[in-house]
Amino acid sequence: MVNEKRQIVVPGETIVSGNEYLPGDGAYRDGEDVVAGQYGVLNITEKHVRVIPVSGAYYPRRGNTIIGTIVDITFNGWLIDFGGAQNAFLPVAEVPRYINRNEMREFLDFGEAVVVKVWDVKSRGVDLSMKMRGFGKIEGGMIISVSPNKVPRIIGKEGSMVKIIKDATGCSITVGQNGKVWISGNDADKELATKKIIEFIVAHATIAGLTEKVEKFIGDLGMKVDKVEIVEENTDGGEE
Amino acid sequence: MVTKKGIYTKRNDGRKMDEVRSMTAKVGIVPSADGSASFETGKTKAIAVVRGPRTLHPQHMQNAQTGILRVNYGMMPFSVEDRIRPGPNRRSEEISKVTEWALSSVVDLSGFPNTVVDVFIQIPQADAGTRVAGINAAAMALAHAGIPMKQMVSAIGVGKIDKTLVVDLDKYEDSEFHDAEGSTDIPMVFTSRTKDMALLQLDGKISISEFKEVVGMAKKACEDILKVQMDALKNVGGEDNE
Repeated sequence: MVNEKRQIVVPGETIVSGNEYLPGDGAYRDGEDVVAGQYGVLNITEKHVRVIPVSGAYYPRRGNTIIGTIVDITFNGWLIDFGGAQNAFLPVAEVPRYINRNEMREFLDFGEAVVVKVWDVKSRGVDLSMKMRGFGKIEGGMIISVSPNKVPRIIGKEGSMVKIIKDATGCSITVGQNGKVWISGNDADKELATKKIIEFIVAHATIAGLTEKVEKFIGDLGMKVDKVEIVEENTDGGEE
Repeated sequence: MVTKKGIYTKRNDGRKMDEVRSMTAKVGIVPSADGSASFETGKTKAIAVVRGPRTLHPQHMQNAQTGILRVNYGMMPFSVEDRIRPGPNRRSEEISKVTEWALSSVVDLSGFPNTVVDVFIQIPQADAGTRVAGINAAAMALAHAGIPMKQMVSAIGVGKIDKTLVVDLDKYEDSEFHDAEGSTDIPMVFTSRTKDMALLQLDGKISISEFKEVVGMAKKACEDILKVQMDALKNVGGEDNE
């Protein structure tokens, strides 16, 4: 994904011709041709043609980990703003413990931030869940915003990049697919250093050999980088 | 191209009658927006920023079947020699509206009900042809924002000075060439794939036979413009495209 030449397509552009091709997300058929219906990177697997967006707003997908804030409380759940087109809904039944309907504010109040999982995406809205490990209310630390398109860079392959930063700073990092990153550590200096590193990754997201550059940057900040081999371990960052 | 004899036989800046001013286009000029682009033809500059889809307020404007497109066009106070009073005026409201209609014909917001996609077009420097430059920039910005679109659009203005048809008028030809009676200006928008006309405005008068020639010239010019737009979108310089 990093270095191979990626072909970018523009709406209206003919991608391939032939009835054997099947237009998928971001593509449509016009007579013999399969045409791009969206701006993005072309992906043809077998005969399935897709266009994967590379820029623009965040669109939630099932299974994503996102970070949002409570904007409304209804009788059976919370409305959460995650920076997308619609608000997302977290039902009381999808939180890890029993909540008395009259005391919902005590569990999650207006303006509080949460790490949640996208349970379902419908045209009318997004349903969330908080029932698994690693999800819940955010307490302490800081949340920074980055472009959602840069999130895979921050996570790295199999969470390798997040692991490097965690090991160097000792902070815990949770990356939401919607471009919100929660940093939490023992002292503010470490958190700020983590923020700097993440901003460095975002600013240099497209250069080759990013991992080495980040390791050097961490060294320049006066921290030690453990030479970690890529470990098969799923970090809190969620999946790519 | 110049078939009829008229007094305007040579263009002020030395261009051919069917030649577009030199163009530059750039994508991703406003990193905090969902999509952005700039488009320049000669001394005319347009920037377009796209935000959304996002929930539309007030709620009564929401459409439960589809998202809506909302365009806001404006010239910056310093874009021309006399200061332009900022804020909406009759002209900018009209241009916002026609741009909205032209772009609505290619974007597909049916996947985002109850939402709005905002397009902001600003003109930092004006030398005639600002609405077409704005539409060209807006089309790129919409694509860059990842909005589903059937195809791109390109816009061009064709004018008639005295008896000569001229592509892409600049300010001198549009309003300062006083030897002939008021020039005719015809902004047009063409879609990239089906070559349909998405916008046609006519300011002045023109005969039917000449009009057919105008459409032909505009279509040809739009091919060049489309190429510039495509190049800009394909070479986003690695900045915003990983």
